[in-house]
Amino acid sequence: MKIYICVKHVPDSAAKITIRGKNQIDEGITFLLNPYDENAVEEAAKLKSQIGNSEVVALTLGKEDALNTLQSALAMGADRGVLIKTDDRPDSIVTARALKAAIEQDGKPDIIFAGKESIDSEGMQTMFRLAAGLDIPVAVNVVAFSLNQDHVLVECEMEAGIRQVLQMALPCVIGAGKGLNTPRYPTFMDIRKAKKKEVKQIDLESLRIETSSGSMEILELKPAVEQRQAKELKGQPEEVVTQLIQVLRDEAKVI
Amino acid sequence: MEKVGILIEFKDDGIKKTNYGVITLARGEERELCALVLNGKGALCKEQLQQYGIRMIIDITAEEGPMQWNPVKWARAIVNAMDRFGISTVCGLTSPQGKDVLPRIAAILDAPLVMDCIDVDFGEHQVKKSQFSRKTIATIKAVGNHHIYGIRPNTIEAKSAPCKAEVVPFQTSVDSERLDVKEIKRSPFKGIDLTEADIIISGGRGMGNSDNFSILFECAQVIGAAVGASRAAVDAGWAPHTMQVGQTGATVNPKVYIACGISGSVQHFAGMKTSGLIVALNTDPEANIMKNCDYYIVADLFEIVPILTSQLKTVVTSL
Repeated sequence: MKIYICVKHVPDSAAKITIRGKNQIDEGITFLLNPYDENAVEEAAKLKSQIGNSEVVALTLGKEDALNTLQSALAMGADRGVLIKTDDRPDSIVTARALKAAIEQDGKPDIIFAGKESIDSEGMQTMFRLAAGLDIPVAVNVVAFSLNQDHVLVECEMEAGIRQVLQMALPCVIGAGKGLNTPRYPTFMDIRKAKKKEVKQIDLESLRIETSSGSMEILELKPAVEQRQAKELKGQPEEVVTQLIQVLRDEAKVI
Repeated sequence: MEKVGILIEFKDDGIKKTNYGVITLARGEERELCALVLNGKGALCKEQLQQYGIRMIIDITAEEGPMQWNPVKWARAIVNAMDRFGISTVCGLTSPQGKDVLPRIAAILDAPLVMDCIDVDFGEHQVKKSQFSRKTIATIKAVGNHHIYGIRPNTIEAKSAPCKAEVVPFQTSVDSERLDVKEIKRSPFKGIDLTEADIIISGGRGMGNSDNFSILFECAQVIGAAVGASRAAVDAGWAPHTMQVGQTGATVNPKVYIACGISGSVQHFAGMKTSGLIVALNTDPEANIMKNCDYYIVADLFEIVPILTSQLKTVVTSL
């Protein structure tokens, strides 16, 4: 089987974000593999070890330092990497077209895994556009996955306590949710071995992707100001609770 | 006049109240609001929808009757309705259902889509949304022949604007050849959804074990709150992942967020920092959350929560 994983190089969720210019961020911070993509890589690696005779290819789009994120995917079990190089931060429409073109140039996918969303731009759509481009089905927030001959069965988390069970024909795209598995921590040996794996670099321009009439452009980025004046509620437990209830009733007006 | 479609979501056969915030946001003199209803209940919700300014209710059905839930069929049916009624913009909720349907519509139409919007300028097609774990607010310009927006639940307060709505049946035939909905599994959990709740009570490492979460559920039940958990509590196996609030869990937006025994990591704040009022309850006065909240109580949650539950019972029954 040919298994592809689409991953993204994103700022560490704990990093302090500083805005540069009108719509850029200071990139001198720690970047890593998007957390949901860890679940995608884990599931792909698990699937390969179950069925054997497969190749797992990790793809990403970004600047040269996105190679670090490809290395993480390789250390977690991907066999090869492909970096689609660009200095821009393309929108989801362009990204999906680029991923499609790079996958088609590389081989014939049976399953494509991706994280359900990225924690930086939080667009929640690239995998849908990729699936539509390839004309194959897609499921999002997948928390259980099984492969049966020519189709897959997945469970997707919906509202609290509700899951939909979907059957999709192969090939298909799987948007991994957090509950899908527990991503492995690569060992020192895994990391060393990953450095020897093949990583191909292609320029975004060389893929000659079709233009779309649609686009999403970030005009401006501003820090989210969240100023709260923390006040202590003091006293005996009974008194503290009485004060809290006053706050809920008079200030928040929820009771 | 521009027609804007609003995808109406239901819960247990009733309209989710967060829809009204979306309708309120989309209202404007130059726009005619059309509700897109796919469960066959278009006529039944006329009263409620016209109360908020919906002029047309498009009751979308399949040849065989109400459109059974299937995200592909729903997306295709909405695209057909957009085409039939000349709707160029569609808004819905950034809910689990919205996250499954809106991107499919955008992908079919090759149209721009912005999810989790906190504000939309329908004339300029400029929207605001948070990015980078809610640390920044981005203004995004959406260009295209169609525009699709997912609105963050609970962001816009619903205001009524009564008018008269007309119910228009629309029958369309759609297929989903390669994606089948086999089953909807419902676990015994009968709580309130985190992204919908006005009040959330969350427990963290301070809860100690899974049984102790019952004191939060008891309290939540009195005031119709949802119960959440921090990643620490979920990773410890005390609460299911569906309850997790934070970076890799639910992002929530309640009027009140009560954090019990939660230290308040950056990742936790990424999921709840836009809450109206944050109340922190912790034995550690130095915990990060105590400085980044509106009210904090330095005390043992096992002492405070049961008292809160009993006092709330008195308040609620006296209303």
